[in-house]
Amino acid sequence: MGKNNKLFTNPINIENPVTVQILGICAALAITVQLKAAVVMSLSVLFVLAFANVIISLLRNTIPSRIRIIVQLVVIASLVIIVDQVLKAYVYSVSKQLSVFVGLIITNCIIMGRLEAFALGNKPIPALIDGIGNASGYGLILIIVAFFRELLGSGTLWGFPVVPKAFYNFGYADNGLMILPPMALITVGVIIWVQRANVKELIEEK
Amino acid sequence: MNTNSNLYIFIYSSVMVIIVAAALSFTAITLQPLQEKNIEIEKQQNILASVNIEATTENAQELYKKFITNSYVVNSKGEKLEGKIAFNSNLAQEVAKAHADRDLPIYKCTKEEKEYFIIPIRGKGLWGPLWGYIALEADLNTIYGAVFDHKGETPGLGSEINQEAFQKPFKGKTLFNAEGKFVSITVHKGGKGAAAAAGDLEHGVDAISGGTITSKGLEAMISDCLAPYETFLKTQKN
Repeated sequence: MGKNNKLFTNPINIENPVTVQILGICAALAITVQLKAAVVMSLSVLFVLAFANVIISLLRNTIPSRIRIIVQLVVIASLVIIVDQVLKAYVYSVSKQLSVFVGLIITNCIIMGRLEAFALGNKPIPALIDGIGNASGYGLILIIVAFFRELLGSGTLWGFPVVPKAFYNFGYADNGLMILPPMALITVGVIIWVQRANVKELIEEK
Repeated sequence: MNTNSNLYIFIYSSVMVIIVAAALSFTAITLQPLQEKNIEIEKQQNILASVNIEATTENAQELYKKFITNSYVVNSKGEKLEGKIAFNSNLAQEVAKAHADRDLPIYKCTKEEKEYFIIPIRGKGLWGPLWGYIALEADLNTIYGAVFDHKGETPGLGSEINQEAFQKPFKGKTLFNAEGKFVSITVHKGGKGAAAAAGDLEHGVDAISGGTITSKGLEAMISDCLAPYETFLKTQKN
């Protein structure tokens, strides 16, 4: 059980796909302008990664190694298309906002990476936990970044205004720069800094 | 079993493809009605947006029923065509026809006791289709509002046509000149203030810098889609 626990907690902290492995940065920059989009994106990645990991793990002994990348890609692509269709049917406005980025989950290096590195060599249950863990690690960073970008960039959270009117009367202004991609990169950088300074395992020897 | 033999790989991939195809078709077909409804609601939102009515996904249908009091299809001679429904007309097919053969949908909006005529438009940008709605005031000459959208214009350049900053200047522009000739709207290159510099404040708006092909496509779309309405607009006016 301890081992399975680690599978879940490691990717959230010391093996975080975004801040430690620096994977999936492109999506983290693109869809973190608003909290809602980031949450939907995180859930989509969670769904795709968890299922893809389990499916590949179940098939692992039957997949011909010469076409394993193609098989992985087909599994990921099908799951992504299903997610895209469901979003279009149930949360149309969010799906319009995410536009191509849902489709681009296919190319998210985290997913390919976990399938190749973990699911191909492990049983379904650890693979499921690993998938959920990695997707949560990714989603956590996305949500933190989106929280700050939406709060400082638009003065709202989940679309609701949270910065009191009085602030604006005193000359406070939303920072338009937060909405642009460069600030997402800087926010991710700050998170990496805070994490590396505080987590013992990540502090490098002098 | 040898999982690396050619035969195994062939069978494996064929079975995989069939299963995946079945699963995806099933999803697509079951979700289609919901997706179509979303598209319909979006269309209603767009039509309402051209007359400056903001509608959410929840109240779009209700507001549409309230404000869009009439809609019909005319031909290029300005005669009403019975039995055709404006909302169902397929603009992509209509714009491919010659001007004289097109079915021309019109939506009539009644807001604050004033009447507006909304005309849907569609054309090509740089990478794909553009579309939008133009709302005319009761004089059938002055633009009351315009909304545009696009499938995949360059982000930050051509894609700016769906922003308010580009759409707002269309308000108040006129389609006919002082002699009553149809002149449509001209999009002026040269950044902010280009239309004013060219001395064309009545029928001109500023193009988007770096989005020339999109801007020109939009100009062509407006003139191409509104030209067949000329007779209708003139006869209704008198």
